[in-house]
Amino acid sequence: MPTVTYVAHDDSEVTVTGFAGDSVMETAVRNGVPGIVAECGGSLSCATCHVFLCGDSEGVFPPREDLEDDMLDGTAVDREANSRLSCQLRLTDDVAVRVQTPETQV
Amino acid sequence: MANAGTLIIGNCQAGVQLASTLRELGDTDPIVLVGEEPHAPYQRPPLSKAFLKGEASADSLTFRTHEFYRDHDIELVPRERIVSITRDAAGGVAVAESGREFPFARLAITTGAVPRRIPFEGSELEGVSYLRTATDAAVLEQKLRAAQDVVVVGGGFIGLEVAAGARASGKTVTVLEAAPRLVGRAVSEQTSAFYLQAHRRRGTTVVLGAQVARFTGEHDRVTGVQLADGTVIPADVVLIGVGVVPRTELAEQLGLAIDNGVVVDSRALASDGLTVAAGDCANLPNPSVTPGGVDRLRLESVQNAVEQAKVAAATLLGRGSDYQTVPWFWSDQADLKLQIAGLSGGHDEVVLRGDPESEKFSVLYYRAGELIAADCVNSPLDFIAVRGALHHGQTVPPSVATDTSVALKKLVSAAPALAQKVMTP
Repeated sequence: MPTVTYVAHDDSEVTVTGFAGDSVMETAVRNGVPGIVAECGGSLSCATCHVFLCGDSEGVFPPREDLEDDMLDGTAVDREANSRLSCQLRLTDDVAVRVQTPETQV
Repeated sequence: MANAGTLIIGNCQAGVQLASTLRELGDTDPIVLVGEEPHAPYQRPPLSKAFLKGEASADSLTFRTHEFYRDHDIELVPRERIVSITRDAAGGVAVAESGREFPFARLAITTGAVPRRIPFEGSELEGVSYLRTATDAAVLEQKLRAAQDVVVVGGGFIGLEVAAGARASGKTVTVLEAAPRLVGRAVSEQTSAFYLQAHRRRGTTVVLGAQVARFTGEHDRVTGVQLADGTVIPADVVLIGVGVVPRTELAEQLGLAIDNGVVVDSRALASDGLTVAAGDCANLPNPSVTPGGVDRLRLESVQNAVEQAKVAAATLLGRGSDYQTVPWFWSDQADLKLQIAGLSGGHDEVVLRGDPESEKFSVLYYRAGELIAADCVNSPLDFIAVRGALHHGQTVPPSVATDTSVALKKLVSAAPALAQKVMTP
């Protein structure tokens, strides 16, 4: 089973077991992890599921597509090199992912 | 008396958010989230989109796992319809149709809205449908699968989303709109005109100014929709999507002020100064960051359900702050992604950016020279730029906004007059 560790802005952490095929966003929302809003439910409409991938986790996912890259320009907290929209990050079997959530999403 | 905690009536987007936020804010008192639907709370927007196409199941739309509710000590009570309620300053009790009683110290109303029903002759015929809940959607999906002729009464978002999906799967689709244009409540004439053409291009028949007289039927099944001029449009399925009515019955029992919804203040507090209300059922002061526009309104959107519920939760704990936001909305119809940022009411200037013929453009709305809103069709970057600009009290000068060779975010500039107004209490 894949796991995702969400590190909040205040450095508190929560680790959640997810399911292959689910996104990092869905895994957070279903388990009530604060820090990811995801108003549009994953339809690439809102840019409120912004995360920063930590360390090795950057290599786990395929690179950004154009629309995600563009949407990242509209996040509430400015993007950095390791920024992603977590609705686009699909978990695969047995990965262990670590992401940091920004101070605010809206 | 033991602390009866918080009762949230309405197990929906706003209700779940309210419960979650109470826990995030450190509330350790009991929380009960009660509602009449049989499901755990779920996302409604996909019901008129992916769900009808068979691309989403009721399970995949649930907001939270059962473990979440258990771990956060939120008692989820489905299948209970609250029918009566009394309270005083210390709390009260709500009683379900089943007779079950729900005592509370704090009360939140997130009862949402129900589809507006129009008593056309023949409304009771099999095949005449409304769409609001997952149950409605499951029934409609079954009916659509067997149907060839689909008629949608009402050219708003729900109707057009369903029409686009049915058309894409090869049905003969007719949209009947009573007004002279589509989605008249939410978008500009330019955007309405575009959607009219876009749906017609895809093969949907759209009739504007349509006056439905009655539904025709045989053997208790609908067979058509008759217009006032006598025309009968064949129909195996009719979807009626003519807006919603806020559910205020319980608020009325409490004697709360009602005016197109439960009247609340900027902290989501109702007129008794005790009860909070959030989401589709609430009539709230215009929360726009941008000054001007209507004084009060109801907002039917995910974003409002979420953000107003957060404010309401804080208010219940005595920590409420004024709700301010950039309202936004979306609608997916066929391959057209519409995103609306801001409230365009009261605009005095409209600027078209891009070419509607290309099905990729934005309509920017201005009031007294300042940007207040935009409808963005297949233009998420424009949407993000406008939403961000409005958040920060910035504008895009109308004279340069039409230049599609430059990204809109590069055209955003400070709006000194507006920024000043925002700062002034």
